[in-house]
Amino acid sequence: MTGPTGESPHADQPASRPGTDLPPEFDEGLPDEVTGLAQVPADKGEVHLVHLYPREMSIYGDLGNTRCLAARLRWHGYRPVVHDHHPGGRWPQRVDLVLGGGGQDSGQARVQDDLAVHADRLRQLAADGVPMLMICGMYQLFGQEFVTVEGTRLPGLGILSVTTTGNATRMIGPVVLETGMGEVVGYENHSGATVLGPGQEPFGRVRVGSGNNGTDGSEGARTGNVIGSYLHGPLLPANPALADGLLELAARRATGDFVPVPVDDSLALGAHRHQVQRLLQGAQPGPSRRLRRLSSWVPRRPGRAGTVSAGPG
Amino acid sequence: MRLRTSAALVAGRAARVASRLRGGGSALPGLVTERIDPAVLRHTLGSLPRGVVVVSGTNGKTTTTKMLVAVLRAHGWRVFTNPTGSNFTRGVISSLLGEVRLDGRLDADVAVVELDEAHALHFAAQVPPTHALLLNVARDQLDRFAEIDHTARLLTRLGEQTTTGVVLNADDSFISRVRGSLRPGVQVRWFGVDPSIADRLPELQEADVRFEDAEARPELGVGDGLLLPDTDGRALTVRFPGGDDVGPVVLRQRGLAAMINATAATTTARALLGEQFSAGTAARALTEVNPPFGRGEVVDVDGAPLELVLVKNPAGFTVALGTYGGEPVDTMVAINDNYADGRDVSWLYDVSFESLRERGVALTSGVRGWDMALRLRYDGVEVGQVETDLDRALDRFLADHRGRPTRIFCTYTAMMHLRRRLADRYGLARFGEEPTA
Repeated sequence: MTGPTGESPHADQPASRPGTDLPPEFDEGLPDEVTGLAQVPADKGEVHLVHLYPREMSIYGDLGNTRCLAARLRWHGYRPVVHDHHPGGRWPQRVDLVLGGGGQDSGQARVQDDLAVHADRLRQLAADGVPMLMICGMYQLFGQEFVTVEGTRLPGLGILSVTTTGNATRMIGPVVLETGMGEVVGYENHSGATVLGPGQEPFGRVRVGSGNNGTDGSEGARTGNVIGSYLHGPLLPANPALADGLLELAARRATGDFVPVPVDDSLALGAHRHQVQRLLQGAQPGPSRRLRRLSSWVPRRPGRAGTVSAGPG
Repeated sequence: MRLRTSAALVAGRAARVASRLRGGGSALPGLVTERIDPAVLRHTLGSLPRGVVVVSGTNGKTTTTKMLVAVLRAHGWRVFTNPTGSNFTRGVISSLLGEVRLDGRLDADVAVVELDEAHALHFAAQVPPTHALLLNVARDQLDRFAEIDHTARLLTRLGEQTTTGVVLNADDSFISRVRGSLRPGVQVRWFGVDPSIADRLPELQEADVRFEDAEARPELGVGDGLLLPDTDGRALTVRFPGGDDVGPVVLRQRGLAAMINATAATTTARALLGEQFSAGTAARALTEVNPPFGRGEVVDVDGAPLELVLVKNPAGFTVALGTYGGEPVDTMVAINDNYADGRDVSWLYDVSFESLRERGVALTSGVRGWDMALRLRYDGVEVGQVETDLDRALDRFLADHRGRPTRIFCTYTAMMHLRRRLADRYGLARFGEEPTA
């Protein structure tokens, strides 16, 4: 998924799914070295993940979210089944969790028709409580509408009550959020300014960064088990609590239960903590983005020399 | 000569001396000069007899520029260039300060400058290039360029402003379609891989951002250069259908990416030199080009080779892993997220690290050392330790692997930092100076 693989990861494995009629898009996608990190057998059941438009809408490493969930499912003793859904492709029979990523304008244009085909289905799945994580461009498409810089109004799926307006300035930079699922770190890069509709709950409150629109302190949106967010990073690897929160919903839906096992998250927590510390250290309540960006150019104290390096050239 | 230009050059030189004493980067003197005379580039480069060549694209600018300059010089041309990989306009001006007379005259036949996609346009607004060599478009520092389509548009606009000739990558649809935007009469030359190795194209570019409806490959003709590697993978030949082939040549830099860069440089040199071009001279020049700083540069650490490999984006990291994957050694990866590195490290998830699995990675470092280690975990690559402080990481890495070949993959500012430390200890050429052959 993240690059060409030179060998089949399953070549030397025994037929692990005897008697099942696998759909053609079946792709567990995990190398043996990753499944090998699991301390328990994969005997708690299958969980089916659908990644919407991995070609068109995954320019910021968002494939990492899918990879993270698939790996963690395996580590918790479940069998992940990843369906890559491409425009025009067959919709999988079973769906326990849906993922979508960020793309370019040209990518959004390429998926619009297919998204319209599956709009009712996705709205129904959302209403049924299927967990979904929609990042950046797909977050915008899950909203009520997108108003382009020229004023054209493009309708969205309406699963999240948000409206996005195209903007001349981009909101770019590292982010720390406070969410109902704990502190979350990531990186935002969007020109759309998103406003929550009446009663729409945000995904989190901004501690560092711009969030939905740079003014009201909200980031993303959450309705039921559907989360929309601007955060890349990719979002899930360095936020393992959020990842497991989504997996719990998916696993309960798939198997009726969620029985996690302890997972070695020292690297994930290290990455998480390091970002929270360095970003909150520099953050003042309410400085403008511009000021904050300028301050990153001010030479730092010699005591932190290890992180100071030359500028461009 | 304008007084303002002379004043700007004097001030810039003073800043250059001061910045060299401090051991600093190469951009500041250019900034000072540009502030005083914003048109300094036009006044100095605008009248060179053989014109101004801009080399741009996401990956391979520095290497290709070095090769092109070497081939032109071998043919007797006097070439002004910015050899430091400081590919912002300020970097060009800083290089200029070392060579220009205070009356603004430059002792050169031609200027060959590498510029990143955004600065190339800034530069072209001042000095319309006579020639442009456009290499490729890949995802790179999206927090700066925002979108790959935007990057492609920047290069298209550079093509529009070129007055005499362009050399385009036939295998990259983002580049080949620039042909449709050129001024009338501008000559087009193509470079690409020989059809017999078309299956190796994925090593050079990301396929996943190019769609099936991309234009078909252009028809190539006389004057267009095709890369044909030898079967053993060491030597390459640049084929010119209907002309003299260049090679076989064994480059000092390894890998298919260096070979396609050599093909691009040779094709451009041939277009510029015309009748003067000699295949033998070009081949000899290419064999003597050293890898640029940190791009496969080898540092002698107490008798054992340490390779510094710059990685900036998914395509570049993928190419680097493909190039070095066949010879696994003890490895460190250093990832910073300063502006020049690209502040968003999401791109690490668009690289496959499976070639590092067999040996694992001894140490990850840099501001985002934890994120790098975490990324490797999801590819099943074991990481020995994480040490975000670059100095401590380098000390430990070299101490733990003393006497053995080692390799460090690093982002731009991490490379600059590590190289400065290594230069202090092992007497390397300073940044901005050419290493001796």
